[in-house]
Amino acid sequence: MTTKHGNQTVSIFVDGKRFANSVHAAVSCTGCHADLEGKDIPHPPPGKVVCGTCHSQEQTQHEHSLHGRALARGDPLAPRCVSCHGNHDIVPVKDARSPVSPLKVPFLCGKCHQEGTPVQLTRNIPQHDIITNYSESIHGEGLLKKGLTVAPNCATCHTAHNILPHTDPKSSIARKNIAATCTRCHSQIEVVHRKIIRGELWEKEANVLPACVDCHQPHKIRKVYYAQGMADADCLRCHSDEKLKSFDGRLMAVHATELAGSRHAKIACSQCHSQVNASHLRPCETISKKVDCTSCHADQGQQYQHSVHGQLFARSDRNAPTCSDCHGTHHVLGKADPKSASFPTNVPTLCGGCHREGEKAAVRYKGPQHDIISHYSESIHGKGLLKSGLTVTATCTSCHTAHRELPASDPESTVNARNVPSTCGVCHHGIEEQFVQSVHSAQVTNTGNALPVCSDCHTAHTIERADQDRFKLEIMNRCGHCHAAIAETYFDTYHGKVSRLGYTNTAKCFDCHGAHDIRKVTDPQSHLSRANVVATCGRCHSGATRRFAGYLTHATHHDPRKYPFLFWTFWGMTTLLVGTFFFGGVHTLLWLPRALELRRELRAQEAAERAGRSEDEREDSSGDKH
Amino acid sequence: MPSSLNEPGIAARPGGEYSRPPSSRPPLEYVRFRPLHRALHACMIVSFITLALTGLSLKFSYTGWASRLSHLLGGFQTAGFIHRTAAILMFSAFAVHLWDLLRIKRLEHRSIRDMLFGPDTLMLNRQDFREFIGTMKWFVGAGPRPSYGRWTYWEKFDYFAVFWGITVIGATGLALWFPILFTRLLPGSFINVATIIHSDEALLATGFIFTIHFFNTHLRPEKFPMDTTVFTGHMPLAELKRDKPREYHELVEKGELHKHLAEPHPAIVVKTVRVFAWIALAMGFSIVVWIIYAMVFAYR
Repeated sequence: MTTKHGNQTVSIFVDGKRFANSVHAAVSCTGCHADLEGKDIPHPPPGKVVCGTCHSQEQTQHEHSLHGRALARGDPLAPRCVSCHGNHDIVPVKDARSPVSPLKVPFLCGKCHQEGTPVQLTRNIPQHDIITNYSESIHGEGLLKKGLTVAPNCATCHTAHNILPHTDPKSSIARKNIAATCTRCHSQIEVVHRKIIRGELWEKEANVLPACVDCHQPHKIRKVYYAQGMADADCLRCHSDEKLKSFDGRLMAVHATELAGSRHAKIACSQCHSQVNASHLRPCETISKKVDCTSCHADQGQQYQHSVHGQLFARSDRNAPTCSDCHGTHHVLGKADPKSASFPTNVPTLCGGCHREGEKAAVRYKGPQHDIISHYSESIHGKGLLKSGLTVTATCTSCHTAHRELPASDPESTVNARNVPSTCGVCHHGIEEQFVQSVHSAQVTNTGNALPVCSDCHTAHTIERADQDRFKLEIMNRCGHCHAAIAETYFDTYHGKVSRLGYTNTAKCFDCHGAHDIRKVTDPQSHLSRANVVATCGRCHSGATRRFAGYLTHATHHDPRKYPFLFWTFWGMTTLLVGTFFFGGVHTLLWLPRALELRRELRAQEAAERAGRSEDEREDSSGDKH
Repeated sequence: MPSSLNEPGIAARPGGEYSRPPSSRPPLEYVRFRPLHRALHACMIVSFITLALTGLSLKFSYTGWASRLSHLLGGFQTAGFIHRTAAILMFSAFAVHLWDLLRIKRLEHRSIRDMLFGPDTLMLNRQDFREFIGTMKWFVGAGPRPSYGRWTYWEKFDYFAVFWGITVIGATGLALWFPILFTRLLPGSFINVATIIHSDEALLATGFIFTIHFFNTHLRPEKFPMDTTVFTGHMPLAELKRDKPREYHELVEKGELHKHLAEPHPAIVVKTVRVFAWIALAMGFSIVVWIIYAMVFAYR
């Protein structure tokens, strides 16, 4: 049986069987379709059924509700009684077939209130993913996964017919009313909420105190700040005792003030000590694992697992540092807090706890870096950090990272030779830009040999100011480490000799070749390219000419093929020298015995004269007497 | 030959006659060097030792000694300044000597030829060759000691060694001093060549002066411990007769010996001269020790 509704043909069949099973079985057709009373068949189309005739309270609530008012405005999307309840086959709410039975409510409401529906798309609804979030929440899980029909569904909080926006003071979810709404089920909640709310104040001054939804977001009730039904006061009941000890003798006292001043001041005990069970007399007796920081600090946890520290920990190495070794426990402070062990100026001390010479990490370490903490402290970075108090200065973690420390041999390490330029470049970006263009960069030079990186010249932990004499002199040895032959010939020249005397006011490797921007001399941008070399010499030798620049800065007189004229000049001069000394020496040596002979004769003669003279004097003096 | 040297207290009287001087007066001494020559020699000593110390501190930069000395002198730049100042002093002494040669030529000789090839010339001549052969025979015991004149061949050699040294070291030194000027004409690598020549020739000069010249002139056993003639200008007449018998006899024959005699210097002058000479000698020997150490034990 059909009829025409405009252009559409609709069925007007009524299933007598289903109607007989409905709650309205006892009601006659005209009980609802009152306008057909006394009309003959074929009767005219029936008018709208008014449920309020019997369900006057619900009708009134609906009329005042968000839905009812939308209906009154003529909103085509506004739901009417039949939209939720159906018509001829309405069954009791407790019947699982009812669309408004607890288990079906989320689906019923979701018909309009899930993502992508016209209502969600076109109407102003401040929440999103309502149904998805709800179904993942503790409430939704209870209802949908565990079949707990007492678990709250949409209507439990929003009511069935009196649905109002939370801005309406009469709404069940208005800020003032939300506590009352929640406590309809969570009637004893304040007992475990003493930290934030204090007993009855909660209901009385709900406008100044946090409401449930401030912590427990609507629809996402699982993602709460308080995972467990535990209050810190429950823990402190025992742990405020200074003398409390564990079975193995560790002090278990917790200072509430320590916690209060920490980064985790707003974190409850149970959020970290997550295995507590509120229903136990000793809630902590269910704890079997140490605190897992990664449940909140997931990224850091992942980095740590990858780090050498984490790898040691995974191998149950007793030296492996864990989160608390660096960050502490209850008094954990943020790295921006100067009192924090992870505050930049404290980091060397922190790392030094294990990595100072003689300490456990330094003892295990077999590489070439030693005395790293004392060296670092004397380095430019260490002085900047510790003496000048520059918190932006590089500290251990700046190069090694805070949580992902890896040995330099690991290609993924930030201090691996491959990654050193970019690690240093984080701060020294301008230098890195020059360096990657230089002959020492792997991007420029294709060689099987190891190319130098920042640390090869500047060292890792003893980095000095590059304008200090000691560094300027030392750097030549660094260059000479790879460029042995050229360094040796440099030391044969005036520049090299002056440098070797310990003066820096002369041309050293980097004065001519550049420091970070060393390029092949064939590169037009090199300081020593044909176009630039005269200007480079001119930096010290004002008035330098191209011919002057022809001075051989790496000349040696030991290479007859490369520098024959120097070689032969040297040997010519040496021959002259050796020849002269040979003849002079032989002449002198031959003379020596004769000269000694002469000396002996002379001495003998002098002795004889002295004897003669004293005789004369005796004669003279005796003559005077007479 | 030494048999004639048995009159030590004797001074010459005019006409070459000898008589014993009054015992109240010390004997007159033979004046071998004029004050100008003494002054030039002293300038040479001061400038030479200064040049050697400052220069070798650079040449032997690889020894700890060099570094210490360089710092003691006030750094390489100050050392360089001192080096160049000493060079100016030496150049000046050289220039004064050349001027003096011209003056001597004008006053004492008719021509350059006369000056270069006449008696008492500093040029090597046949007489020197004969004396060299005679000396070699004497050394090996095959003959008597030659009767040397005013300038022996080794003294002439020393004299021309200085001529050669000043020319070679001075020219290359100027090139190193003014490299930009010199490379206007010469290639840049000439500076490298100049460095080698300057350095090696300096090594030769210092080594020769501080060993062979010292021995030949100042430290010969018969004059040990010190011949100060070049400082005081005076030598005892007996020594002239013993060392330069030909000169002595020529002077006596010409009757000119009295022109070359003078009162001895006061004791304080002689003492001062000795102190100066010993300091110079000690420095020279220290430099030789340093050179030997640097060349033999620390050479790089």
